[in-house]
Amino acid sequence: MARRTRPAKYSAFGLVRRGITKQSWPRVWREPDWKSAYDVVIIGGGVHGLATAYYLAANHGITNVAVVDKAYLGSGGSGRNTAIVRSNYLTPEGVAFYDRSLTLYNSMSIDLNLNVMFSERGHMTLAHTDSALRTMNWRAEVNKLQGIDSSVIAPREIKKLAPSLDVSPDTRYPILGALYHPPGGTIRHDAVVWGYARGADAHGVDLHQKTEVLDILCEGGEGPDGKGPGGRVTGVRTSRGDITAPIVVNCTAGWASTIAGMAGVRLPITTHPLQAAVTEPVKMFLPTVVVSGSLHVYVSQTDRGELVFGASVDPVATYNMGGTLEFTEELAGHVLELMPGLSKMRLLRQWAGLCDMTPDYSPVMGPTPVDGFFVDVGWGTYGFKAGPVSGEQMAACVATNRTPELIEPFALSRFTDGALVGEKGAAAVGH
Amino acid sequence: MLLVPCPNCGPRNAADLTYRGESHPRPDPGTATKHEWRTYLYLRDNPSGWLRESWYCSSGCRTHFQIERHTLTGEIRTPPLPGSKTAGGT
Repeated sequence: MARRTRPAKYSAFGLVRRGITKQSWPRVWREPDWKSAYDVVIIGGGVHGLATAYYLAANHGITNVAVVDKAYLGSGGSGRNTAIVRSNYLTPEGVAFYDRSLTLYNSMSIDLNLNVMFSERGHMTLAHTDSALRTMNWRAEVNKLQGIDSSVIAPREIKKLAPSLDVSPDTRYPILGALYHPPGGTIRHDAVVWGYARGADAHGVDLHQKTEVLDILCEGGEGPDGKGPGGRVTGVRTSRGDITAPIVVNCTAGWASTIAGMAGVRLPITTHPLQAAVTEPVKMFLPTVVVSGSLHVYVSQTDRGELVFGASVDPVATYNMGGTLEFTEELAGHVLELMPGLSKMRLLRQWAGLCDMTPDYSPVMGPTPVDGFFVDVGWGTYGFKAGPVSGEQMAACVATNRTPELIEPFALSRFTDGALVGEKGAAAVGH
Repeated sequence: MLLVPCPNCGPRNAADLTYRGESHPRPDPGTATKHEWRTYLYLRDNPSGWLRESWYCSSGCRTHFQIERHTLTGEIRTPPLPGSKTAGGT
């Protein structure tokens, strides 16, 4: 049977037709039959896993691929982030990488024929100290050298872009300037996941939800059961049965260490929750994304009018996604220092996602000492922004068995070779 | 809120203490190879389960101490202190 390679088209005409006739929409992706062998198994059905599957099929013609997720697609960090995208990083490696991601996000609605609601509204990182201002200037220069629109602006211009900000010199942490990055913005994170899932499914990729990976099967390694360096992957054991596969890709973010441990690979990663919160919806008043590193907060207004807040990761490593009172208190205090006019606004809800933090705030991508076992992890707080480019580059890495230039600096071996990347200065908030 | 038992100050909110992360024996700086040293510096077990870790009572008695904490449930058990009669081999 010939497989369709493009999903059924979404169009204004279809919307009207289904609206008038009250026809139900067709299922967006299949519930595939269980198969016990694939060419590639991708663990983790978030934006990274699904993008990798999509580009494997679309760019390289490898369609005998399974994506397995222990819950539902996009249930991890892909649905828990604050949906901000930007490319104003600090290291040349980081800038090149995230800029490619932004390019892919820009054309995504057309490529995937699904409105991902990309809103290019500008991204502003505030500086409250001389040293922060110095880092902003540094980042602006690194960005400009690579052709990225990014510059340092004065409080007067900040006030023009975001009138609700208190830019007076009398505040506890006066705003001295900001790094302004017009191409940054926000995107509908669920739509990105659905777009890739739909695209991958149309190419014949099997998306197995509610399928938990219990073990990774290896042979020839120096550890017990043939695991560990020197061995090779033969498949995965899941809650629904074994799958044989010569290539397994780990895209599991917060759970990266536990999955890699199943193959006998240790990672330089600790898992920390990052909390976020959202207010009741109000009229649009905040046109840009506002970030303050010193005050540990980033805020943007959604198209529905809610304010979305995020902060820095919790200091204690844990897999528990419960909220804390400290977070809410600090967040409210810091937001009010920036925008005193919000004191009557009510917080609607609060949640946390798991971040896989590395010592140099850069990801770990590419092959591991176990042959056939690839990782795309260590994303920390930058994972969502990097989804498309990671998928594209990981697909190239898996398909050609060569590490693409764009992800070479992020190899696992950099920790044993002492060649760390050092992206901490570009973290949206301090850690 | 996570209540962490400081051996001197009693249970304290985790926010009052400083988290020092996973605890592993440090290799001997005189004899450690680069590989051993970097493994100690960067690689982590990061289990979803029981973890032995170090804390610093930064706003109290300024003691470094170790506990075992379940990273999923938040449950805490205090391991025997090094040198005590019940201390294990490692």
